Amino acid sequence: MILDSLRTILAGKQLLREEIPFELVDSPFISKRSGIEFDKKGRAHCNRCGNSDPELFAVFPCARCGKRDTYCRACIMMGRVSECTPQYGWIGDMPEIVAAPLKWSDSLSAGQQVASDRVVEAIVRGEELLVWAVCGAGKTELLFKGIEVALATGKRVCIATPRTDVVLELTPRLKSVFPSIKVSSLYGGADDRHQFSPLTITTIHQLLRFYQAFDVMVVDEVDAFPYSVDPMLQFAVKNARKESSSMIYLTATPSLKWQRECRKGKREFVTIPARFHRRALPVPESVWCGNWEKVINKGRLPAKLLKWIEQRLLAGTPMLVFVPNVAWITKLLPLLQTFDGRVESVHAEDPNRKEKVLKMRQGEILLLVTTTILERGVTFPGLEVAVLGAENRIFTESALVQIAGRVGRDIDSPTGNVTFFHNGKTEAMLKARKQIVAMNIEAKEKGLIDE
Amino acid sequence: MRCLYCGEKIIPVVSWGSLFSREEEILLCEQCKDQLTLIEGDCCVRCSRPFDGLAVEYRKGEYCYDCVRWEGDIEWNGILERNRSLYLYNDFLKEVISRYKFRGDYVLARFFCKTLIQVLKDFDYDLLVPIPLSQERLYERGFNQAEALIIEAGLTLTPALKRIHTEKQSKKSREERIHLSNIFTIVNEEDIVGKKVMLIDDIYTTGSTLMHAGKLLKQHGTLSVSSFTIARG
Repeated sequence: MILDSLRTILAGKQLLREEIPFELVDSPFISKRSGIEFDKKGRAHCNRCGNSDPELFAVFPCARCGKRDTYCRACIMMGRVSECTPQYGWIGDMPEIVAAPLKWSDSLSAGQQVASDRVVEAIVRGEELLVWAVCGAGKTELLFKGIEVALATGKRVCIATPRTDVVLELTPRLKSVFPSIKVSSLYGGADDRHQFSPLTITTIHQLLRFYQAFDVMVVDEVDAFPYSVDPMLQFAVKNARKESSSMIYLTATPSLKWQRECRKGKREFVTIPARFHRRALPVPESVWCGNWEKVINKGRLPAKLLKWIEQRLLAGTPMLVFVPNVAWITKLLPLLQTFDGRVESVHAEDPNRKEKVLKMRQGEILLLVTTTILERGVTFPGLEVAVLGAENRIFTESALVQIAGRVGRDIDSPTGNVTFFHNGKTEAMLKARKQIVAMNIEAKEKGLIDE
Repeated sequence: MRCLYCGEKIIPVVSWGSLFSREEEILLCEQCKDQLTLIEGDCCVRCSRPFDGLAVEYRKGEYCYDCVRWEGDIEWNGILERNRSLYLYNDFLKEVISRYKFRGDYVLARFFCKTLIQVLKDFDYDLLVPIPLSQERLYERGFNQAEALIIEAGLTLTPALKRIHTEKQSKKSREERIHLSNIFTIVNEEDIVGKKVMLIDDIYTTGSTLMHAGKLLKQHGTLSVSSFTIARG
């Protein structure tokens, strides 16, 4: 049945004609929403990505309609939305969502359990909830029960994250605990995009193809770049949710604004102040090392940093050394490589990033000099971390908390050293430390850590 | 002002020169421009293929091996006088052109058309003829990427050719491309008889598209055929 296939593709979507791999049939169930609309002042608005910045629209002589068409440049990488190209969707019945039993026998930590219960509650009631869970708390597992409950009540679930790596990591885990359903995994270049699934794991970018699809929307790492600064991605999340739906935000480092809202009782939230392995978070140390820039520019290493590194090279401890930007990598790397051959560097544009991270994990590399690109998502057993130039503006409170959160994640080496080498303490450094200490105190009070 | 490609803000450098003369409009930021590689210096006189980095055996005097092959074949000898391509088809330009023609970001033509205007100064021609798209492909894309260059340059185009719908070029090998029976037809012979034609396309890869178009034009009385492409693959 062609209509069935169309329903599978169109349910909860907003697709361009060229994104539909079939003949379209005339059906009252197929909806068409205009791609570009104009307000009373004649300003264009893109219905797919929410763009209304006049600088991000352009006009072209359209061979389809023969007119000069306005099109949106903000979301052009997903194909062109213009005045004469409608977005297709489905307004008939949605494919049925059936209960899927959770196949998972491990147990949650006490902290995870509290959060898991709150997630279930938010899903049942269709509410919004922030899960503020420390780095290494085990955020994925605490969603399992909520997803099971959602599916059992016919709710379609989406987990969205800013980064493709996270999609790739989450997909197999969720597939294994919900073996009876199709789990869609979406990112640029993925081939799952034409199926309908009760559970979708996606980059936030791909949500631009969805429209009022989900009853439960989980946004992971809500404070991470680029979601936090890109109104298009925020629009995409909003647009992909049903009007009445629940919203779960996950993060280890909510923005200052959100932290304030939590304190004032304006935002529903739950914390997991401790890691699953029941050991306290490593509290960063601060070490003043004067005008380190000058020292490095003279071709030497700051003495205190040198000592810190030497001790660990001898002991064979894997290290990350964070620096404020790529320019410092170029200066620091050759200095460090004269000491030891097991030193490498990574940054955002590095084509060999994945390989180097893998080599680090395998122990072939002992020290990686890096920008904030590795502040999230990486786990190396036994790792210790130094931040050089911790006073730099790029090291915000949340960046520093995330960086410290790289250490002691592994159950076999649950502690480790984190040192901020600086030339003057900043508010961000103090707040980061304070946040970590506060989480440890809360965890202790709640009996979530054994010391 | 924003960069037409990456959207970053461009801060124009104010100099005495820019205060007293009408400065050219800046479309791309320095970072994007730096990633484009202009074809300059030593290159094949017929097709603009740069000799820099090309193995010696692929060069015969002022010609590249490809052109020697074309010119040595009686069927193709003398069809195309000269092709001029402006940039190397590197990874960056691949992305830019893909966004231009496949994603359909028409305004990028505003940058490329400048290169066209610049190159046309060195050519003696009567007509600008864009390599056409088939009806189907034109509908799919919404515009013809070669035609848009001429329109945006403010020049007059002559739609002298029509294309029969076939499989995508990029999916074929050189041999397949060359031995294709003609994919073009002439729209109106009177337009082109005795004229010097300048063909316009986006990319020169094997040259077979331009050669096929050129051959057909010559068979119908065109005096000479040259060509311009943005990129040399």
